[in-house]
Amino acid sequence: MAAFGSFALIIALALAAYNLLAGALALRLIATGQPAAISPERLADTARRAGIAGFVAVTAAAFALIWSVFTNDFSIAYIAEHSNRALPGAYKFSALWSGQEGSLLLWAWLLATYGFVLRLTHRTDVKLYAYAGTILAGIQLFFLAVLNFAAPPFSLLQGAIPDDGNGLNPLLQYPEMVIHPPMLYLGYVGFSVPFCFALGALMMRYPGEKWIKVTRVWTMVTWLFLTAGIFLGMHWAYAVLGWGGYWGWDPVENASFMPWLTGTAFLHSVMMQEKKGMMKSWNVWLIFSTFLLTLLGTLLTRAGLVSSVHAFAQSSIGTWFVVFMGIVLAVCIFTYILQRSHLKSEHHLESLVSRESSFLFNNLVLLTACFVILWGTLFPILSEYVVGNKVTVGAPWYNRVAIPIGMFLLFLTGVGPLLPWRATSLKSIRRNFVLPVIALWAMVIVGLAVGIRPWKDGVFDTGNFYALVAFAISAGVMTAILSEFLRGAGVISRQTGRNLVAATWLLTRRNTRRYGGYIIHIGVVVIVIGLAGSAFNRNVESELGLHDKITIGPYTLEQVGATQDSNLNYNSEYAVLDVYKGGKKQFQMTPEKREYLASGQPQTMVAIHSVPEWDLYVVYEGTNPDTGQPIIKAFLNPLVGWIWAGLVVLVFGTLVALVPSVSPATASLRVPATRTIPTEPALKGGV
Amino acid sequence: MGAPVRFNFSFWIKTVQAATLAVAVCFSIGATDASSRYNDLNHRLMCTCGCAEILGECNHVGCPNSAGELTELRTGIAAGNGDKEILDSFVAKYGATVLAAPTTHGFDLVAWIAPFAVFAAALLGTILLVLRWTNLSVGRTPAVAGDSANEDPADRARREKIRQETGDGGF
Repeated sequence: MAAFGSFALIIALALAAYNLLAGALALRLIATGQPAAISPERLADTARRAGIAGFVAVTAAAFALIWSVFTNDFSIAYIAEHSNRALPGAYKFSALWSGQEGSLLLWAWLLATYGFVLRLTHRTDVKLYAYAGTILAGIQLFFLAVLNFAAPPFSLLQGAIPDDGNGLNPLLQYPEMVIHPPMLYLGYVGFSVPFCFALGALMMRYPGEKWIKVTRVWTMVTWLFLTAGIFLGMHWAYAVLGWGGYWGWDPVENASFMPWLTGTAFLHSVMMQEKKGMMKSWNVWLIFSTFLLTLLGTLLTRAGLVSSVHAFAQSSIGTWFVVFMGIVLAVCIFTYILQRSHLKSEHHLESLVSRESSFLFNNLVLLTACFVILWGTLFPILSEYVVGNKVTVGAPWYNRVAIPIGMFLLFLTGVGPLLPWRATSLKSIRRNFVLPVIALWAMVIVGLAVGIRPWKDGVFDTGNFYALVAFAISAGVMTAILSEFLRGAGVISRQTGRNLVAATWLLTRRNTRRYGGYIIHIGVVVIVIGLAGSAFNRNVESELGLHDKITIGPYTLEQVGATQDSNLNYNSEYAVLDVYKGGKKQFQMTPEKREYLASGQPQTMVAIHSVPEWDLYVVYEGTNPDTGQPIIKAFLNPLVGWIWAGLVVLVFGTLVALVPSVSPATASLRVPATRTIPTEPALKGGV
Repeated sequence: MGAPVRFNFSFWIKTVQAATLAVAVCFSIGATDASSRYNDLNHRLMCTCGCAEILGECNHVGCPNSAGELTELRTGIAAGNGDKEILDSFVAKYGATVLAAPTTHGFDLVAWIAPFAVFAAALLGTILLVLRWTNLSVGRTPAVAGDSANEDPADRARREKIRQETGDGGF
């Protein structure tokens, strides 16, 4: 199977090379109109078919690696390093991305899959798709070259073949790890597609903004995958690493967040181009930057440039990525300079206070946030280069610098949708902002009343201050968005006699993009509320003998026993804890510590009891070697569940925004016979 | 819709002053509560075992360093040493990377200044851009996008469709 896999990768490389060269030649011939022995259109079609065949070849290689994992073929070094016989089936799939070579193969396979879909749907716009497909082939060529020459996944083990492998990294033996990396990679890789369309459209001086319409679904789906991937990673860190948090500003976390920020900026600013023909150059560079940041993320993950908890994926292929990023950047700059006259925009705003200007500020904040994170991630390298002294840029720095920017962004999330396009008036500002401002200040008062005070014993408390500001802005933003829904639904309700829920549903269906966007913003607010809860985290650590108790918040935990278990994959120890609240036993928790047999590595498995107010999060840290008694660390983390709930809302909103709207004419309207239905319900202009 | 909002210079000056004050308050404050000093300090230090975690949050099983570092921290506090003295002793022993954030002197200061400098420059640039684009529009007939006479009819139709899809006052 190793030979089959290697052969498939070589074939895929050759097909990608042909796709790139033949595609480029065909497009050149078409552009210049030079006579040729072969029809350029036919040549372009052979390039496209090569791309489709390339997908089959990479799929075969991925299949070969998965087959080798499941058949315990330890003659392949990668399999011996990342799997073992006792590894459960689901985690054998995870072995595909648990190491350097496998994850690059996953990347190449996802890229080929995106390319396959792109090439199959080429009839949407043959020429634009030919450009995009050819550029995509260039990206595929790079990854396949790395796989063939720098990080081959099918290298054979030197010497005797072991009876068993080293096993999967224990950190990865968690259900979410089966979906988090593919989800994140779908996001990373997916941004290649809008990048190819943007670059292709620029190269061919594609008229108008149709390329944006073509790529909108690609961009949103990719953004959705990246968002879900980031949050799944947060949840994994929360549930597995056992430190009670979910975001540590680790360089690899940052690497996934940066393209998310620029991608989000693109999704907003692209509306300026669609609706006003503005910011054409800006949008092109946003998507270029997003793609480059996905490569930078991979470089940071793989090259070990900065220290990270993701050290399991480090290797020496950084040079390949640096060179490729250099080539991509050069191509982008060259194409932009050559074709910049095509991106000439008509920039005019009718008012300082308008939706347009809010988008500009939104982009400003998102890109500043991206810069801040990039700066923090790379500053240790810069410091070492400039003064020869490496420093750490950790959570305290990010919390001080990034949180205020996040607050500003949250503020814009609420203000932006309330401002109409073109211009606004003081009257409309008053009408739209009164309720949100009342909600904001009401929340400040309620917050202060319930004890969220930015000072404690006469000393200012940063955490409480940020939490209060976050809750207050969230209340204002939520009120603003809900009032937008109510205003539109009220109009429909009056016109059709439907109740408000049905009217809201119809309103959303008629304008899925707008109201899907609002739902996404609601999801963001819910997430921010969850994040703000971290200001009130508490924890207690104690050695617990039998029937010893610790108390945290309203809960009392009593150690009622300890037990052990073992299977072919690991041995485990559990602490059994009865949890009391108000003097009554509520439930039992069993935090666990495992020792994996193949690797000999220990791992904690956190016990979490989640309710809307908070998570009770219990870690079994091991036993005191002197007393033999278990050491338990318990956290009470307020509002964490809101983060995951917010993600669900956000995903739902994105899916709504992806569904085509129904026009008023096709939407089902059940109205009383006596009512007259206006032909075009006045839903426009929520203000 | 009423008259467009005019640029009110004094209003914006006051707004900027208020925002600057709020930001200054945010960054001049810190968790200095004496009762949480230990917790504060262990969140300003890194575990040195290579796990890249904050000292106060490093709890991976079998960590060879964090317990020792925490003991040193408790000892320092018990001895009545000041925060700076304690942190300096850690830097002397483990190197500058033991601090979870750059200091505020020397080249490290650049780490703190650059984000705000960039933000301020970008904010100023955006405000000037908005003003410039607004001024460019003075005297123009309020227009929808791409209203030039030679615009491709297909583009115009597409833009109109987008306007309908997204709603004039919405996304």
